[in-house]
Amino acid sequence: MKTNSLQYKLWMSGTGLFLCFFLVIHLLGNLQLFLPPDRAREQFNWYSHLLAGNIIIEIIAYVLYASIIGHTVYAIILTVKKSKANGTKYVYDKRGVSSVWYSRNMGLLGTIIFLFLIIHFKDFWYQYKFTNLPLDAKGNKDLYTIVEKAYQQLWYVLVYEVALIALGFHLLHGFFSAARTLGVFHPKYVRWVKVVGWVYTTVIILGFMAMPVYVYLNSL
Amino acid sequence: MRLKLKIWRQEAATQPGAMVDYMLDDVSEHMSFLEMIDLLNETLVGKGERVVEFDHDCREGICGQCGMMINGRAHGPLPNTTTCQLHMRSFKDGDTIYIEPFRAAAFPIVRDLKIDRSGFDRVIQAGGFISASTGQPPEANSILISHDVTEAAFDAAACIGCGACVATCKNSSAALFTSAKITHLALLPQGKLEAADRVVNMVDQMEAEGFGHCSNTEACEVECPQSISVLHIARMNFEYNKALVMKP
Repeated sequence: MKTNSLQYKLWMSGTGLFLCFFLVIHLLGNLQLFLPPDRAREQFNWYSHLLAGNIIIEIIAYVLYASIIGHTVYAIILTVKKSKANGTKYVYDKRGVSSVWYSRNMGLLGTIIFLFLIIHFKDFWYQYKFTNLPLDAKGNKDLYTIVEKAYQQLWYVLVYEVALIALGFHLLHGFFSAARTLGVFHPKYVRWVKVVGWVYTTVIILGFMAMPVYVYLNSL
Repeated sequence: MRLKLKIWRQEAATQPGAMVDYMLDDVSEHMSFLEMIDLLNETLVGKGERVVEFDHDCREGICGQCGMMINGRAHGPLPNTTTCQLHMRSFKDGDTIYIEPFRAAAFPIVRDLKIDRSGFDRVIQAGGFISASTGQPPEANSILISHDVTEAAFDAAACIGCGACVATCKNSSAALFTSAKITHLALLPQGKLEAADRVVNMVDQMEAEGFGHCSNTEACEVECPQSISVLHIARMNFEYNKALVMKP
């Protein structure tokens, strides 16, 4: 069996769904930011330390890095194949009216998310893993202060909100599209996938969007 | 009514094409879109110019031969309608209408609005059939099948292969066309036996022809004259994944 676009799509689907799963865990963990600031600091730093020392979490982290890279690489391959398949361009193109805009612009949304991830990794992941952060009262690395300082800047909060909106539309199409690539064809379950996709996206995105805003408002 | 037409003119696949402007008078709103082009061609013949070439056959919306991009949409502004079933009452006096061929690398332009869709034929040849020994017709009721399944198979078989799905897809994917045939045969008892080979061969041929991937925008379903459901694409993916796992 030759490698073809459908197999690339399966990789997109698999990596995408793993990233969806990761977002749930990430959101649940970060809910600790909503505690009163003093408790949040203690608990959040303890939680970060717990994750950093766990072998299972470490394995999942490598799957996560691989998924981000794989999802991006396969997206680029498919985009190149797509422009070859398109041939000459239409002089007058109104094809956009027959589908929703975010389904046609997954590449653009993905690029925004990728750029955001560079900032996100640099400011938190890199800081935590590769720099000597001061310790909190319990002797854990004080990641909470980094988070707090970052979200005290309005422009930084705005960057997060915009990136999360892009992520929201990406998830809205991505979740359902992944299920379709896997072959969910029965009308009964297709309806469910759409509903679950909407609920999932709304909860994830509103949850993440609230965090920077909450920390920012608390600092005023 | 009086119309300004901007039509893609191209001598041959190897030569560059361009949009050419035409003014056309006395267009009746009762004309079909193809009759409107017939009228234009009559005026061109009168002037000694080469006519605008386009594909057409039955002109009653069932053959799948006609197809062009009209004002940037496959088969024009109406959803689920062939070009021949689009009538000039959908336009008004003084309108400018852009007319282009369906574009995709796998659909090379033959001339003007005429394209080569033989890529579709080769996808069908790769597996869109059942291997049956010929001979006496068997007793029809000897193969058990429920009414719902026959109806579902027929819904898939209704595809007329016009190519609007490819033309309207941002990735120039032939997924709707190919999946309709795969689903049609996968549902029927006669087709089930070769389902795994069929889906692999047809998907490989679709790739070899240079069609793009499906990113599930569902635009194809909107433009499809036969309202072929995108769920057939899901069914094709299911059959393909099953073959990936189960096929020896």
